[in-house]
Amino acid sequence: MKELSLNILDITENSVKAGADLIHITLTETDETLTVAIEDNGCGMTPEFVEQVKDPFCTSRTTRKVGLGIPLLTLAARQTGGDVAIESKTAEMDPVHHGTKTSGLFYKNHIDFTPLGNMIETVCTLIQCNPHIDFEYTHTTPKGEVRLSTKQMREVLGEVPLNTYEVIVWIRDDLTEQYQSV
Amino acid sequence: MKSLAELAAIRERMKDKVVLREGVAGTRVVVGMATCGISAGARPVLNTFVEEVNNEGLADTVTVTQTGCIGICQYEPVVEIFEAGKDKVTYVKMTPDKVKRVVAEHLKKGNIVSEYTIGNAQ
Repeated sequence: MKELSLNILDITENSVKAGADLIHITLTETDETLTVAIEDNGCGMTPEFVEQVKDPFCTSRTTRKVGLGIPLLTLAARQTGGDVAIESKTAEMDPVHHGTKTSGLFYKNHIDFTPLGNMIETVCTLIQCNPHIDFEYTHTTPKGEVRLSTKQMREVLGEVPLNTYEVIVWIRDDLTEQYQSV
Repeated sequence: MKSLAELAAIRERMKDKVVLREGVAGTRVVVGMATCGISAGARPVLNTFVEEVNNEGLADTVTVTQTGCIGICQYEPVVEIFEAGKDKVTYVKMTPDKVKRVVAEHLKKGNIVSEYTIGNAQ
């Protein structure tokens, strides 16, 4: 992957496939680190499955849907001295708070840090393709914060789908404006 | 931050359109967005489709969406176009420039751009 924002898009697709209807994408930056957390309320994974998804060579046919996404994110984190952690609960383990949280820690000043790239395009792509899912996007930097809440947008938009072209343009412009001040 | 009032204005403008859209048997453009597709450049391909479909005034009849791995990862980014009553068309190794031609020729005029289809892939 050329940009971390593509890894983030890819990992969030796992949450889509897990049947989540609410996905939090949270980026937190300090001067030295970037933490990426993708948290969903989808079907979750068993502890055995969580172990398997970290290993690209251990995928059987039934686990193929996970494939290389997690290993690629892990590679990108580890090559900066960071790592990836996955917490997950299936609906059987916890009927109320089930889902998966994938977190990656990256050291930004390491020479092998992959640039974050274009998060605006990642967010727009996710909303374009999944208008029925709610996304809570937060990117905190030392200079300030960028936020987008589709729940809040939905309250204003009513029955108008989130992937209406004018709405996607509004999201792109809104995030672009917010990013100019951080 | 942009004002939510602008969203309310969009809602007002869309009032009649939403009803119209649901009644249309439209064309579906489906972009493969699994790990293979994303790493090969599916994100700009999908977003160029969204933009060009709107620029050509086709947004009411064409929807752009995603699917998982189609199974031909070496040909990614892969795009499938489904039109009612017609055979599915599979375009391979797509780029934003190729998307512009597919929208102008296939979606707008109904002429398949055969040189980009899987049948002509090297």
